[in-house]
This record gives sequence, structure tokens and C-alpha cells, in this order.
Amino acid sequence: MTETSPKDFLIIDGRPYTSRLLIGTGKYRDLEETRRAVEASGAQIVTVAIRRTNIGQSRDEPNLLDYLPPDKYTLLPNTAGCYDVDTAVRTCRLARELLDGHNLIKLEVLGDEKTLYPDIPQTLRAARTLIEDGFRVMVYTNDDPIMARRFEELGCVAVMPLAAPIGSGLGIRNPYNIRTIVENAKVPILVDAGVGTASDAAIAMELGCDGVLMNTAIAKAKKPVLMASAMKKAIEAGREAYLAGRMPRRAYASASSPLDGTFFS
Amino acid sequence: MQVVINGEQTTLEGATSVDDLIRLLDIQGKIAVEINGEIVPRSRFGVHDLNEGDRIEIVRAIGGG
Repeated sequence: MTETSPKDFLIIDGRPYTSRLLIGTGKYRDLEETRRAVEASGAQIVTVAIRRTNIGQSRDEPNLLDYLPPDKYTLLPNTAGCYDVDTAVRTCRLARELLDGHNLIKLEVLGDEKTLYPDIPQTLRAARTLIEDGFRVMVYTNDDPIMARRFEELGCVAVMPLAAPIGSGLGIRNPYNIRTIVENAKVPILVDAGVGTASDAAIAMELGCDGVLMNTAIAKAKKPVLMASAMKKAIEAGREAYLAGRMPRRAYASASSPLDGTFFS
Repeated sequence: MQVVINGEQTTLEGATSVDDLIRLLDIQGKIAVEINGEIVPRSRFGVHDLNEGDRIEIVRAIGGG
């Protein structure tokens, strides 16, 4: 990055980040691979899940927070697996206690297991409750521009439409809606879910998204650490292409070399 | 005393506070505790008494997307 890089920060809840790639920490072989992938991705914000401690095995278990120290990364606890308002809110409160008052969270309230699509009415209710309780909410939603606006109006600090179902790797299925959501928004818009490979991430950024959050595309690549590096470059390339402004499309050719001054006629 | 810890019915002896419970269960690392749906702040682990029938959740951060 040259012309744009020094000032081109992603600002979330008033805090600047140089990386626009956010990654999840699930589905890796082990915590060492997680750490290496996060490092290769350049991500500064990483999502974590809140789950029950294994009673009786706690002493021997490696701890995610030792591999991804909260003073080095912004940890983004998620409410994955929550299908109702109450469990999502409880999960966030536990996360805030666990992370010493850290109040930035990723809210997702899911509709069913087959699609993992968000249950929008419940997500709206949970977002309202959490914001009233002092949380800074980054919300997983569908690619509906009207809903994205509602979440912004409610006070969510970022709106994160899916590009395709979670873990599907199907890519950006509705670029027109994503673009409309971006055009309408005053808060950061991040594509959350659906990216399968580097070009998908670049397309999201070229559409004007402020960032991309992904997990499976990296964790389930044959070589996750290499894919993390590819995603980092794709996000940067897509961002620069967006800022640079693409050339207009045309139906027919336009010669790149001057037509004047040829030695043949 | 009968309590439910992380969904499991458990007979608890020799633990009156959350601190006692964590020591008894030999839980390491960073955790958060909820009892009967309410967060118990870490600062109160020493003074929050456990009661018969408590539903106790002890959670940690793990990898997730």
C-alpha cells in the first residue's frame, strides 16, 4: 500500500485498525495452527466463542487466551449457537465478565441449523437489550438493506451482512444488496460469512465493504496458514481497487497503444 | 448440597463460596461464572455463597467463528 495506507484505518467503535480482515478461531487443528493462521492473516480482531469449562480436565487443557493474548488482539466474543434473545444476552454478559469488562461483541441469533440464517426479530430484540446494557454490538444479519439500516439506527457499531450461509464458501451471492447496504450506511459494513476463497474477499472489498470476517475459508483450506496470507492480500487488493475506482465497463475493445505514429499505414 | 454445574447434577461437599468451588474442581485459566442466570463478578467469588439447587455455569473462551 502506498498512497492510501497511512490513513486508511478501519474504525470500529472509535478504535482504529490497520487490518480490515477479521477472522474466527474455530475449526483449526489445534491452537498452534490457530495462532499461526491469525498471524499470517494480519487480523487484529479475532472472534472467540464462550463455552462451558470441561470440569475435571481444565488443568490439562491448552487455553486459547494464552495463544491469542487480549493485550495483543481485540477479542470479539460471539453468540454463535444462540437461537434466542436470552441465551445471546447471557453469553455476552459472561463474555464481558470473562474479558474484564470488554464490551465489544459479535451478536448473532440464529434461526435454524440448516441455514444458520439470522432470526432477525430476535436479533433486533437482543441488540436493543445489549446496547441498553452498555455493550458495543457488531451484528450478524442477512443482506437486507432495510434491516441493516434498522440495526444502525438501533446503535450497532458495525453491521455485518452475510454474503452466503455460514461455512458454505459460496461467495458473494448478492453483490447488489451488499452494495446498497454499504451505500446507505454510516457505520462500518463487514461481510460476515460466505467467503470461500481470496477472490470472494476481494469482491466484498471492491463493493466498498469496510472489512470481511471469515473463519471456515481459512480454517478448512488445505493449507490454512497459506490461505490466511492469501486473504490478507485479497483484502488489501480489494480495498485499494475500491479506493482507486475501477474503470468503466464497455461492450467493445479500446486499444491500449496509441493509434497515431505507427510506421505502417 | 445438590447443585447443577454446567448442566450436570452434582453433590457438593466442602465448598461454600465460588472460590471454594473453583479450587475443589481444580479449574485453571480465565473463566466467568453465572449462578441462576446472574453473573457472579470475579471480585465476589470469595463472598458469594452457594445454595442448595443452584444452577452454576462456568465458562471460558474457546475457538469460534
